[in-house]
Amino acid sequence: MELICPAGTPASFREAVDAGADVVYCGFRDETNARNFPGLNFTRKELEQSIAYAQSKGTQTYVALNTFMRAGDEIVWYEAVDDAVRLGADAVIVADFGLMAYVAEYHPRQRLHVSVQASASNVDAINFLVDAFGAKRVVLPRILTIPDIARIARQITCEIEVFVFGGLCVMAEGRCSLSSYATGKSPNMNGVCSPASHVRYRQDGNDLVSELGDYTINRFPDGEAAGYPTLCKGRFEVAGQYGYAFEDPVSLDVMDHIDGLREAGVCALKIEGRQRGKAYVAEVVSTLRRTLSADSRSRPALIHRLKLLSEGQQTTSGAYEKRWR
Amino acid sequence: MKLPPLLAAPFAVIPLPVINRATRLMLFRVLKQHPGLFDRLGEHLGKRYGFVPTDLPLTFVVEPARPMITVSRKPGTPHADAIVEGPFFLLLALLEGRGDADALFFSRDLAVTGDMESIMSLRNALDDCSVDLPRDLSVAAGPLRPLFKRAAGWIRDRALSGESVWN
Repeated sequence: MELICPAGTPASFREAVDAGADVVYCGFRDETNARNFPGLNFTRKELEQSIAYAQSKGTQTYVALNTFMRAGDEIVWYEAVDDAVRLGADAVIVADFGLMAYVAEYHPRQRLHVSVQASASNVDAINFLVDAFGAKRVVLPRILTIPDIARIARQITCEIEVFVFGGLCVMAEGRCSLSSYATGKSPNMNGVCSPASHVRYRQDGNDLVSELGDYTINRFPDGEAAGYPTLCKGRFEVAGQYGYAFEDPVSLDVMDHIDGLREAGVCALKIEGRQRGKAYVAEVVSTLRRTLSADSRSRPALIHRLKLLSEGQQTTSGAYEKRWR
Repeated sequence: MKLPPLLAAPFAVIPLPVINRATRLMLFRVLKQHPGLFDRLGEHLGKRYGFVPTDLPLTFVVEPARPMITVSRKPGTPHADAIVEGPFFLLLALLEGRGDADALFFSRDLAVTGDMESIMSLRNALDDCSVDLPRDLSVAAGPLRPLFKRAAGWIRDRALSGESVWN
């Protein structure tokens, strides 16, 4: 199975390649990708140089163009596709059906992958995207169990890629409006979830208080591991009790299940984290590379250290082994 | 590791002009080695970035637009748009991209207040530059360069062993 690794800067990109990535995915420094954070991402020149570096080491590059086009400004996304193709991207990862149509019409030989943001989570949706736009791979939303994935794999004609490690959304990819509700900006349209411009941290006595826009997201007592300032991981009062109404601050880790994923028909394992630093990329990629070639008994010890890198210093297998249906 | 009090104590008495002069020379030396260090700051180039080492009696303010670094004594809080607070060696590890800022934030080793956009920009700018303080600063040591580089590298390795940093 391919190991698909994130990069938010050229330095992270080189770390991912050197650490053993089969593929590095990244995006342009604008709103065309869903990790449009300040100071992050690639200029055209940086992408060109990074692709050349990857090719010299036998690594592929996928370019994420996975936000939804803004009506009237489609040209921004069209030009991003044109440039990614011109610079030699091995695949473009797209969420917007209109942009998929553009790729299919103007760059029919370009390999097209369906982004997790497209929320294609059933056989009909995936086969439609394969038939209509020639999609070669789908990145499945993190809402499916491994048996679900196996059932889908048997009925579709494209490859399957899944997230196995890193940040975990509340499983409504491409459709989540929580950030938009609080700040007016969303990963879907602007490439930012909980934009930094709306985030504030302050100390209140010994507590660390995180705020997003006008909302208090969380209050961490001294010594408690902290999480990202997203509404989905916020601690709220519900029916007189404080708790995590949507989800705990926790990251995804399903490396214990890679044999099951392989048997289910998954061909590529994806690491989330383009917004993370190169130290994270180097550590996670090298560890998961070793884990992939290790036997199942050795894997837990290998990946245990990665908990320290995870949100809230906790990990979960999320919906892959859903127990709450 | 935290800076041992024995090493931190002298900074309470060394005259500030001397410390300022030394830190500015270091900043300019690093910038000479990495002229593109602040390129990723974009609109945040003009911001003031405060650093508060929890184990030193000093605070630092970096102004990339000038560029300039100013050292002050505690207990004053730096006048800055964004402030990062943490152990001295961890702050240096972040400068070198050896630590993952998010992980250090999750573990509460690092506290960040103020303008989050500007501090994220700085984090990403630093992360994309391969700053290596022993290597970059040893250039100024002339014939003692190899010795300085080795000694500084040894101190860094000792200081960061066991910390949540990688690379």
